[in-house]
Formats: sequence, structure tokens, C-alpha cells
Amino acid sequence: MNYFYFIFNTLIEIIFVVAPLFLIVAYTTYSERKIIGYMQSRMGPTRVGPSGILQPIADVIKLISKEIIIPSNADRGLFLTAPVIMLVPSLLVWSVIPLSEYFVIADINAGLLFILALTSLSVYGVILAGWASNSKYAFLGSMRSAAQIIAYEIAMGFALVGVLMVAGSLNLQEIILSQKGGILNWFWLPLFPLFLIYLISGIAETNRAPFDVSEGESEIVAGFHVEYSGIAFAMFFLAEYMNLILISILVSIMFFGGWLSPFESTFLESYFYWIPGFFWLSIKTLFFIFLFLWLRATLPRYRYDQIMRLGWKIFLPITLIWIFLEGIMIYYNVEPWFSK
Amino acid sequence: MNIEIYVFYFFSVLLLFSAANVVLSNNAVKSAIHLVFSFFFSAVLWLILNAEFLSVILILVYVGAVMVLFLFVVMMLDVNITALKEGFVKYFSSGLAVFLSMAILLIFFFQRDFDESDKNILVEINVISDDNTENLGYVLYTEYLLAFEIAAVILLLGIISAITLTHRKSSVTKYQNPSEQIDVKKEERIKILSDEDLK
Repeated sequence: MNYFYFIFNTLIEIIFVVAPLFLIVAYTTYSERKIIGYMQSRMGPTRVGPSGILQPIADVIKLISKEIIIPSNADRGLFLTAPVIMLVPSLLVWSVIPLSEYFVIADINAGLLFILALTSLSVYGVILAGWASNSKYAFLGSMRSAAQIIAYEIAMGFALVGVLMVAGSLNLQEIILSQKGGILNWFWLPLFPLFLIYLISGIAETNRAPFDVSEGESEIVAGFHVEYSGIAFAMFFLAEYMNLILISILVSIMFFGGWLSPFESTFLESYFYWIPGFFWLSIKTLFFIFLFLWLRATLPRYRYDQIMRLGWKIFLPITLIWIFLEGIMIYYNVEPWFSK
Repeated sequence: MNIEIYVFYFFSVLLLFSAANVVLSNNAVKSAIHLVFSFFFSAVLWLILNAEFLSVILILVYVGAVMVLFLFVVMMLDVNITALKEGFVKYFSSGLAVFLSMAILLIFFFQRDFDESDKNILVEINVISDDNTENLGYVLYTEYLLAFEIAAVILLLGIISAITLTHRKSSVTKYQNPSEQIDVKKEERIKILSDEDLK
């Protein structure tokens, strides 16, 4: 009976996280088209519903009803599992994300490691999709993407090592709680270089512009998912946007105090105490999602060798040096961030 | 009801199945993928033993990094697996000998050492908290610091030697120096012609 209650309870929690997530993904695509449209003096979608508000729903119906075409001589089993392998890790990560001070599906101690391990799995989806498609464009795209993801994952991991050194814990709730005490206590200030590196590597990890060489339309059509159609393509699409939201929420948690209020220890604190933590987390996350869309509309695509150079020769040394400096600062208990 | 036993048997069977497939599969890429799965399932088994740090690290390092590179290489090389499988009868006897000696060794080890083992080896470590990760970090950086550092230096040596072996100057490689590219001035690339020059 106890098991049954536990499983039922967890299922309800999962539905509470995943169902809104799908909706948010759908409307992230809508806002991406609208925001980039306005930035480029266009209207974006306008036809379906008032000012195109139902466009993502029409897109979903279209993608579901389309046929999945499997290329000849493709490895059928791997071709169909690749999108699943891509989607599952990006869904699983949400189980350890603390959405407010009270709500997290699994409050595990090694939360940060769990996130690192799962985000490193999504590269298999890309590689297998490229290989199983039996297409040169797809294969080139997946090769580019794999090399890029490996390069930036290391810098990203080291940036998070910096976070866990200050927080002294791998548990995400404790990482947030150790940032208590107002905007200046959040980790973006003491770890500013690591914050920038994490943000930029996050964009590179999700294969988004300006690091989208893995799907560079002008060179290799659509990269690793060029042969996919219908719901199989939709799964890649879903995983990409879910990773985008995930990176935004992780930046907010690691460097911007998660669900902590920005007015803490200022005169405004007493006016805003009633606002739930989830609201602050959403505001921060939405800001970073907007930043990613903004970057896509603004920056041209990086050249491939420059991407590799940035990852290995610039980001990696900076993180190593900053971790060393951070160690010194922790040793001398620099106030207010590094004091225990 | 002990649910751990069922989880253990379920994942052990999956582990044995995928490990067998690494050897039996007739496609190098599929072998590599099955190896990924066997790492994954053994990580689950470690998780049952409460070694959550090690199991997550196993996934992070072996599945997330090492096997990706491995898969990368296997995909690029066009391995002809039928040619590799030709000498089955020829190598069968020596293979069997290796298998049997390994099996006997393992059986011997498990029979002997677990019954009569010096149980002190399990409690020698100073446990500082319930958290597996914290304990492991504490022990690694205090009691076993020297061994840990030596392992790190050996790995560094491996990295450096691999780079020196592959990073040779070759006439074929095209190298671009970014600082040179940035330092380019307008005069070096553009020549503005006046009307007199054209005549």
C-alpha cells in the first residue's frame, strides 16, 4: 500500500511538471517566431487564431498527422530509437529541478552530478540519428555536433565545479539556499567568468545559433535530422526546445538564486514577500529564454574552427584559472560569498 | 517484499544480454551501442549498492564522454566485421582456455575471499556523513591523497603522450592563426583604384 501511494504521488507530480512543460515548449516556438519576426521587421505568424496565438497547436497537429519516412538502407531500429534517446534525458533532468522552495520531484543529494550525467547523454541521439539515416548530410551534421558538444561539455562541467565549490553541496536546493541574502550574494557576481562561460556553452550544447553548425541550413540542409519527418522530427524539435528551457532554468538556479526573491535584504523586501518563489524562478528563466532568442536574431553563425578554438583554447583555460582563484578565495574566506 | 532483488535481477539480465551482444553483434557500431547499454545497466547495479556517486560518474565519464569518442571513431572507420570473424575455429581453443581460466579465477575469488575476508577492510574508512559523495571525497583527499595524485599524474602523462604522438607538423594540415586574421588591415586586402589607374 505504501509503494502504491508513493508511485501514485510521484506520477501526479510528474504530470504536473511535464504537461505544462510541453505547453511552454509549444509557446516558446511561437514566441521565438514572433520575437525574431519583430526584430527583423516582420510580423511572424498571424493567421491561426488572434495574432497567430494558435499557431503552435496547428503545428503540432500537422507534425502528428505527417508520415514518418524511413530512408532506404537506413538502420530502421536505430533510426527510430534516436529521437527517443534524445528526448528521454532532457525529460528526466526535470525530476531534480527545484521549481520552488517546496516543490521538487526528487530531491537527491547528487543532483548536480545527475544533471551533468543526463545532459551528456543527449549527444547519443544526435550521433545515432546521423549515422542511422544513411545520408551524408546527416552524418556530417552529427559529426560536427558531437565534436562541439564534447568540447563545450568540459567547459560547462568546470563552470559547475565552480558553483559546487562555493555552495559546498551537490544538492540543487542547497545550492539555491547558499545564495541567500540579496542580488549581490547570487553566484553571478563572484563567479562572473564562469557564469558567462556556462551561458555560452549552454547555447553551444543545445546546438542553437550562433553555434548551430550541426544544422547549418546553407551548408548541410538541416544536419542530423535532415531525414526525419512527422512525429520523429517533432521529438528532436521538442528535445531542442526543452534543452533550451532547461539551460535557462539551470543558469537561473546556479547563478541567479533560483526561486530567491531579487529584493531580499533591501527596503522592498516587505512589499514583495507574498510572491511565491516559483514566480521569481519563472521570470529569471523567461529572461534567459528571451536572451537566447535575441542572440539567434542578432549573431551570424560561427565558423567551425572558431567554435572549436573558443571551446578548447579559451573557455577551458579560463575555467581552470578561475577555479584556482576561487580556491584561494575560499581559503581566505573572502566576504560575503566564500565564508562558511 | 524486497523490491531491490527484483531490480537487481532485472538489470543483471539486461546487463548480461547487452554484454553478450557487444561480442556477438555483427556490426561494429551496434557493438559500441551495446557497450553503452552495459555501462548504463552496471551503473544501475552500483546504484542499488548505494554507490550513487560512482554510478553517476560511470554514466558521466564512460557513457557521456569515453563511449561517445569511441562511437565517433567506430563510425568513421569502415570496419569489415566478417573479415574479423573468419578465424573462429582457429582461435576457439585459445579463447576457451582464456575464458575458463578467467571463470575459475573469479569463482575461486568469490568462494574464498568473501567467506574468510578480513571485514576490517570495510570499516577502516572514516565515515563522516551519510552522503556517499562526501565520504568518498573526504577519504580520497586525506588518506589516499598520494595514490589519487599519482593516478592523476599518470592520466596527465597519457594525455601528453597522446597529443605529442598525433600533433606532428604535417604539410597537409591547414592551420589558421586567428590573431593574424584579426590583425589584417584594410590596405592588405583592398586596393582602391582611381580613374587614372584604370585608363
